[in-house]
Amino acid sequence: MNWVELASLIPLLLVASISVILLLLIAFARSHKLTCWVTCIGFALAAFWAFSQMGDTPQQVTPLLIIDDFSRLLGAVVLLVSLACAWMSYAYLETADEICEEYYILLSLAALGACVLVSSNHFASMFIGLELMSVSLFAMVGYMAHSKQQVSMTLEAGVKYMVLSGVSSSFLLFGVALIYAYAGTLTIDLKVISGGPHLQSGYLVVGAALMLVGVAFKMSWVPFHMWTPDVYQGAPAPVTGFLAAAVKVAVFAFVMRWLMMAQGEYLNGLLLGLTLMAVLSMIMGNLLALRQSNLKRLLGYSSIAHMGYLIVTLAATAPDGAAALSTALEGAAIYLITYACMTMLAFAVISQLAAKDRRFESGTLMDYEGLLFQQPLLAGSLILAMLALAGMPLTAGFIGKYYLVLVAVDSQLWMLLGLLVLGSSLGLYYYLRVILVLCKPPVSDHHWVLGTNEKLLLMLLMLATLWLGIYPTPLIEWVQFAIA
Amino acid sequence: MQLLGIIISLLGGGVLALMTGHRSPVASRWLSLASLLVASMFYTSLWLDSTHSLSTSLWTMHTDWPWIERFGIHLLLATDGLSLVLIGLTLVLGYVALLSAWHEINHRCGLFYLNFLFTLAGVVGVFSALDLFLFFVFWEVMLVPMFLIIAIWGHENRRFAATKFFIYTQASSLLMLAAMVGLVLLNQQQTGLWSFSWFTLTQTDTSGSMGMWLMLGFYVAFLVKLPGLPVHNWLPDAHTQAPTPGSILLAGILLKTGAYGLLRFVWPLFPDAALAFAPIAMGLGVLSVLYAAKLAFAQNDLKRLIAYTSISHMGFVSLGIFAWNHLSLQGTVMQMVGHGLSSAGLFAIAGLLQQRLHTRALDQMGGLWALMPKLATLSMVFALATLGLPGLANFIGEFMILLGVFQIEPWAASLAALAMILAPVYALVIMQKGFFGMAVGDKTKALDLNARELLMLGLLVVSLVLLGFWPNLIFTVTAAPVDSLMHLGKGG
Repeated sequence: MNWVELASLIPLLLVASISVILLLLIAFARSHKLTCWVTCIGFALAAFWAFSQMGDTPQQVTPLLIIDDFSRLLGAVVLLVSLACAWMSYAYLETADEICEEYYILLSLAALGACVLVSSNHFASMFIGLELMSVSLFAMVGYMAHSKQQVSMTLEAGVKYMVLSGVSSSFLLFGVALIYAYAGTLTIDLKVISGGPHLQSGYLVVGAALMLVGVAFKMSWVPFHMWTPDVYQGAPAPVTGFLAAAVKVAVFAFVMRWLMMAQGEYLNGLLLGLTLMAVLSMIMGNLLALRQSNLKRLLGYSSIAHMGYLIVTLAATAPDGAAALSTALEGAAIYLITYACMTMLAFAVISQLAAKDRRFESGTLMDYEGLLFQQPLLAGSLILAMLALAGMPLTAGFIGKYYLVLVAVDSQLWMLLGLLVLGSSLGLYYYLRVILVLCKPPVSDHHWVLGTNEKLLLMLLMLATLWLGIYPTPLIEWVQFAIA
Repeated sequence: MQLLGIIISLLGGGVLALMTGHRSPVASRWLSLASLLVASMFYTSLWLDSTHSLSTSLWTMHTDWPWIERFGIHLLLATDGLSLVLIGLTLVLGYVALLSAWHEINHRCGLFYLNFLFTLAGVVGVFSALDLFLFFVFWEVMLVPMFLIIAIWGHENRRFAATKFFIYTQASSLLMLAAMVGLVLLNQQQTGLWSFSWFTLTQTDTSGSMGMWLMLGFYVAFLVKLPGLPVHNWLPDAHTQAPTPGSILLAGILLKTGAYGLLRFVWPLFPDAALAFAPIAMGLGVLSVLYAAKLAFAQNDLKRLIAYTSISHMGFVSLGIFAWNHLSLQGTVMQMVGHGLSSAGLFAIAGLLQQRLHTRALDQMGGLWALMPKLATLSMVFALATLGLPGLANFIGEFMILLGVFQIEPWAASLAALAMILAPVYALVIMQKGFFGMAVGDKTKALDLNARELLMLGLLVVSLVLLGFWPNLIFTVTAAPVDSLMHLGKGG
């Protein structure tokens, strides 16, 4: 490994060093504020570094990691999501009756795992990244298990996530093993096999199918979605935000790289399964969200639907041609980034409300009544997030939805397009329900004052959501750069 | 620049109203009025400029700035005579709605005027955006403030009505988005260039079955907004539950955006498909006219009754557009303006009655003429306008539409002409149940119109009479643009 390669790894090294620094820091001086600051600054530096390296030549660092524009861009996104997560965790943990400094170590490890996942082009590094992320997340999901404030669902959520994550990892490993049995190599680029891969091979098809099942657990595609609503509801709000945004971005980024390398050849055999998952996710996610009364649970089902929409881009890569592939990948990347942005906005609001009163995350939507007139900034952010998730123009959500429609029409996936329209229309109902609740006359007194930090985070996320929606040109250019 | 001036002064006025609304509701009202006045000044200047150059150029270009280069999307705002007339209608009804809100809206005033002015700005944008993407953005964005107006300031069943309104419109506009993207891809395959510009896309060859599907995507979105059978169901609820200014905006201008879309987009973009589809669309139009008129007659809730008359009148618009000849199109434009004014008047009356009597039920009224002679007289004027009395704007519109349609599909014109019998029935039912006969209960405290209300209704009556006797005021401005649309829509 030479210096250039090492330099390209700096974002990863920075994130890794955060956890070490935090360990030492906590050993000498316990200070929640300082811990949070170190984490935030570390994430910000790493994200900035990754982003500023865009345009440099791609570096294959050992056979395991590739640092190219794709991993730099999505790595920066993952790190920004982690930054927002750490930021919103401060207020949340400050009011918790739990020792909270170690939480940031877990968060930085999970972020490191996500970054490794984004940069891996080898099954071994993929598995390392995925497990690093998941294992840290078990602990984060169950972090509040001994808290007196909210014990009902947290432990259940942690255990559920751990068991199902373990199951999905074993599917994934088995798939990798089968592909290895066929190819004799763990690299995801099967063109290295002499004579090219023989795609009809049973090993390859079954291996890819099993891998897809493992991925589907993480992406919460129906029928592998069962854990999602429970874990979303039980996990602390900032962790749910990380689960909804960073994990999805990282896992799907790996899937995209897998496809870029294989030029969609794998998927030909899996197209039926993928389409079925898309159909089920869009319908089930939206239908089950309709009558939810807990906002985090509702967002859990909504994320199932959104991830179902995302499969449209996968289905589009399958049939043929590099032209469809590049549009599909562009659409997928943009959808992921816009989705991460608006989801973080929604969870930032929930975290900050939960910091004041835990009922906001464990209770029903009734607790949100009249918030618009008592906490205009918080309620305004939540309304913006809901409108963005519903895909209204001038918000990030619309650009994502526009790309999905474009990809679907371009590849002539009429059935999926029809379901996308139907699903989005169903989805409107529950997003509007949240907005309507916020607009009701107030019943309880919510007249606390938000700190400057909290306001700043909300404003930044709102700005990002609006900016991606109003002027997406820079984002589109970066993404085109990254997948070129 | 004048058009940007209109939009910016409306948006800016909305933000200012929100900021002052906390401290002083009165100030937010006057600020909204001021921003409407500024917008009207810009509009007058635009009108003078455009009519001055009417003989030389059809279009007044306002902006053409690159926006999202990846797909050739521009911030393309341009107006022709048709847009000009409809923007004028928007501003006039803006005043009427503002005056009707003056005392009716008395909680969270700042937020109300923000939503109110943003709706107006969105509608002005819809009438002037010539880039399809930008049009879609305005089309969707005007929904949100209207949704909030119904959901926060509406009547007893407001949340249900607001959700229904939003879902109908949004679901159908997703179809339009898909059709729009399909059209742009088609154009991209033919020319190799990405463009959302109306001027480019009208050159696209859209014959064939693909063109028909794409046309249907647009048609459904506009039919929902119009609204026409069988997707009219959101309208009675939304209109009934909205506060008076909301009903005025909905009936007066938001419905016109659907008609405008059919005129501006469906025919010029898909001439072949629209021609093939015309008999079905006209059949649906006839059904809307007759069925909604019959339903209107059966209503007891005054606002619901007026809502159904809107559907009936918009059926005429649908007929006129799909006949696609000179007479019917000119008639359509007149019908849009006339219906905007008369339905706004009727909704304003319904609002005034509800404020005074605390009911919208016709069987709780009766004998109001003696108590409120001024209000009753003006109601008579609007009822007569609705039934199409010669001398008022609606007559010109309906008559020209029927003449034009008769040349294309005589059966459709003959059936639709039955509305000339049904319309007086429902219009006079309002008068008979509400204003004649014996009073129900004690209503002696009900006051007649005050100066503000007289001003509000007077503005509408003057416009209706003026256009009824001097329709050329509009026709001179719209003749050339409507003709050019007609040629585009004939594939030539």
